[in-house]
Order: sequence, then structure tokens, then C-alpha cells
Amino acid sequence: MTPMKIAVCIKQVPSRDWQPRLNDSRTWIREQDAAFEMNEPDAYALEEALRLKEKHGGEVVVCSAGPSRVAQVIREALARGADRAIHVESDELAAADAATVADSLAAAMKDERFDLVLTGLQSDDMGLAQTGVILAQRLDRPHATIVMEVEIGQGRVRVKRELEGGWFQWVTMPLPAVLTIQSGINQLRYATLKGIMAAKKKEIRRAPPIPTRAGTSGVRIVSLYVPEKTKKTQIIAGSTSEAAKELVRRLREEARVI
Amino acid sequence: MILVIAEQHGGKMVRATWETVAAAQQIAAGAPIVVAVPGAGVGEAAREIAVAAVHEVVTVDHQALGSYTPDGYSAALEQAITELAPSLVLLPHTYQTRDFAPTLAARMNKPLVTDVTAFKRRDQILTFVRPMFQGKLVADVVADGPDPIATLQVGAFRADLVAKGTAPAPVRPLTVSLDETSIRERPEAPFRQARQAVDLSQAERIVAVGRGIKGQEHLPVAQNLAAALGAELAASRPICDAGWLPMERQVGSSGQTVAPKLYLALGISGAIQHLVGMKGSSTIAAINKDPDAPIFEVADYGIVGDLFEVVPALIEALKELRRT
Repeated sequence: MTPMKIAVCIKQVPSRDWQPRLNDSRTWIREQDAAFEMNEPDAYALEEALRLKEKHGGEVVVCSAGPSRVAQVIREALARGADRAIHVESDELAAADAATVADSLAAAMKDERFDLVLTGLQSDDMGLAQTGVILAQRLDRPHATIVMEVEIGQGRVRVKRELEGGWFQWVTMPLPAVLTIQSGINQLRYATLKGIMAAKKKEIRRAPPIPTRAGTSGVRIVSLYVPEKTKKTQIIAGSTSEAAKELVRRLREEARVI
Repeated sequence: MILVIAEQHGGKMVRATWETVAAAQQIAAGAPIVVAVPGAGVGEAAREIAVAAVHEVVTVDHQALGSYTPDGYSAALEQAITELAPSLVLLPHTYQTRDFAPTLAARMNKPLVTDVTAFKRRDQILTFVRPMFQGKLVADVVADGPDPIATLQVGAFRADLVAKGTAPAPVRPLTVSLDETSIRERPEAPFRQARQAVDLSQAERIVAVGRGIKGQEHLPVAQNLAAALGAELAASRPICDAGWLPMERQVGSSGQTVAPKLYLALGISGAIQHLVGMKGSSTIAAINKDPDAPIFEVADYGIVGDLFEVVPALIEALKELRRT
């Protein structure tokens, strides 16, 4: 089988334990307060790409669109084993919609002629679940979403898609193709010290963002806020043992569920 | 005109389609609602949805749409939307929609707003409400272009609120031309991984663990509490992804949907994918060290604290209760 040239699109998102803070116009977060990390489904996409390369040979190129801070997750991906990177760098891409990000990535990737493009099924920040699919359309590639297993064949790929409620489905399509990867498809590896050292010598190609297309149809955040509680939660205060006793009492006497 | 794109499996409408019709009726303000039903041999499904108070139902019937493919669906629905020219297209935010709606929007150069939970009017402009940052924040979003497409979060609108018509809505076919050789994806029949050995949907009480449990070696903490309560043990997706508990114990959109009398969430932040699987529980209690965790938005009772301290105290309190 011929070696595979695989692209993995990753996004840098606020870390899981980040406490939300809004910017002054309340249309985006206060970036200076946030700690960032690799979007989790993208980390699984990267791992899948590395495993496919180990099995079939070839190259893994990590692609990311965002401000200069994104270099952190690019370095991490290189340390885990990606061979080189493409960074579409622009401050405007931090809060850009999926169509804008996909356009930028497609422009930077199209001359590379990747056999396979992998990315996470959605991002933990905006959660639009669109970028990978739009990228496939822009690159004129077939795609599959929410993928839990990847089998490479001669000129084709067979993938196991997750459906709802515990159902699955195998789908086969010709290569080149774009796949969006579900979390849990594999077990993640972590960067070794050797990998971190090697990453410093790996190439990061900077690509310019493309100007917004005339007549583009995007979506715009006009207001961002903390959700209102739909239910009146009774928060039980007090020492641990007092709170535990009180919860047991209420579950028994008020809710009558124990 | 508002166009609802229905989802049917094997000739039966999925519940989320009814939710989408309910949402369309809620925001229509006099605008006609049309429901398009794509598939092969969808006459019965079309008649099923035609009892709703809508202007008409159109079937987008083609043998190439018998098995879902993103190429087939996006090509067929592009033709349907072009012909019907709606000012707003609504779909349920199901896994199937997620697979083709971005293609459809990109092909037609239309704005796509996904995972919508509510609508607002801001200065006469239709505004979509959707979660962001894993539900920690909510955004009001507007489309930066004409005739947007929106997908609605499953469970966000109530299917039982669909207004029925005095007579069934007319059903008419809308012809689309599809070149089957241009469909690149070859799907196989859907299957279930394994027979579910654990039917969490029948459990009266459930203790569920999330990332806060930190490691497989800590699971006995939750198991002891489940035993003390006579509860089944369940988990959020990351726990099953890590292999700490089998997939059959997963609650959420990709796992089981449960509605026990008591759902006790330990160290579960409450991502929407989890909440959709358990928010129908009669009583929800949550223990989490983060006071802003979204799980507290659906919980009846909450303790903000370290589960490794609170759970042993709960077990002790339950033992005390049994003694008295």
C-alpha cells in the first residue's frame, strides 16, 4: 500500500477548568484570562492520524487556523509525532465562524493534495460541528462524520460512523476524503521528552488568512452571557458531613426517592 | 415561508422532527410552514406529519435517498430549497443532520446556525440562542446573510406542543433529479454493537460518574454509594471512552437515555450531550467542585465540594438512616 499523506486540523480552545469571563462588548471571552489547550476531539483525530501513519507509512501534517497563541497546540501536536505544520495566522480567526475557518484552511491545504484529512467532530468552544464538513465541500472531497473506526483500503476508506442511541454504521468512500473523529476512538498518547525536543526542529509553515469573500454567509455573535438557571437548584451548604446528612434527609423527606 | 426538513427512519418520523415542527409553529407569526420529507417511499411518513397544522407537506422521494448519504441528501435538498425558496430552513440537530447540513449550507452559500435552543427577536431581527463553551455560556447569534438554515437541539422544543390541523395538510411530490453515480459514499446497514446487558432506562436510581472521578482506581467510591442507595452505576462519555466503565453504562446522546426517580451525578460537569440523556429524571442531585458547572442548571439538589469527601459522608449518612 502506498504511504498516506494525512492532514489533521486542530483547534486551540479554553481549557476545561477555565472559568468564563466576557470581554467588554460581551461578544467574546476575555482571552487574556483564559488558559488554552488542544480541542479534545482534535486530539483523538491527531492520535488516529499517527496510528494510520505507523500502519501505512507516510506523513502527518497538523493544520491550525488562529492567532499566534495557537502555536502552543501546534508544538504539542509536533511533539506527539506530527511531522510538520501549517499555521493560518490571524487574530480575527480566534472567534471566526466555521465557514471562515474552513475557507482559510482549505486555501492553505489545497496544493498539498492530502490523501486523508482528519479533524474532531466539533470544538469545545463554539461547538458548531461544521468546520470539517465545510472543509470537505470546499476541497471537493467526500466525508463522514462522528467516526469511531478507520480502515484504509486500496484507494478507499471504510469508516464506522456512530449513530444515536448505541447504533453504528459502516460507510465506504473513495480517497481522498475528510473524516470528523469522535472522542474515544483510540487511547491518546502523550508527548515524550524526546518528542518535545524533536518538535523544536520541525517546520511550521505560516499561511496568510484569505480575505473574507464578498457575499459571504456567516453567523455573528451579538451577545454572550452566562445561562439563566432553568431550575431552582437547592445548593446545600455547611460542612461536608452536615451537607451530606441534609442531602440524604431531603432526598428521603422532600423528594421521597430513597 | 419556513421549511422544516423532516427526518424519518424506515418510514417513521423521528421525535425530533415533531419538535422542529413545534418550533416552526412557535416562530411562524403567520408565515406558512412547509415540511419536506426526503427519502425513498416516504408517503406514509409524509401523511404522518401532515396531521400537524402546516401549509403543506412535500415528499422528496427518490430511490437514491433510500439509504442516507451526505452526497444524495445535500444534492436533493439543495434542489428542494431552490424550488421552494424558504426564508428560513429548520432541521433537528441529529447526527444525520450534522452529517449533511454544513454541506448543504456551503453549497448554497447560506448561513448555518447549529444547536439552537430558542429564538428571540432583537430589533425585528431573528436571533438564535445556542450554547457555547460546553454550555458554560450562551450566545445570541444572527445570520450574516439571507435565508439562513438552523438546526435545533434535540429536546429543546416540545414535540407534544405541535398544533394539529382541522384536516390533514395536502401532500405533494417534489421531483428531484439525482445522478446515483455521483454519490460517493457507500453505506452499509446500521447495527447495534452488542446487546445491552444493562438496561439503565429501567433503573429507579442511578449514580453516575464523570471526569471528577479522576481515575479508574477511584470507581469503588461511586460503587459503594450506588450499593448503599440500591442504584445502578452509570457514567458520562469520557469515563467510557477511557475504558474505565463499559460503553453500555454510558448516559447521553450517544448512550442510553434514562429517567430514574433519582439521578445522582458525581463529578459530572454537565455537557449538553450528557444532559439530553438524563434531564428527564424525576430528581437530580449533583456533587461537583465547580459551582458554575452546567449540571447545577438541571439539578434539584447540589453540593459544591470534593466528591472524594462528600461521597464517604453520604454513605455514612445513609448508614445512619438505616440504623434509626
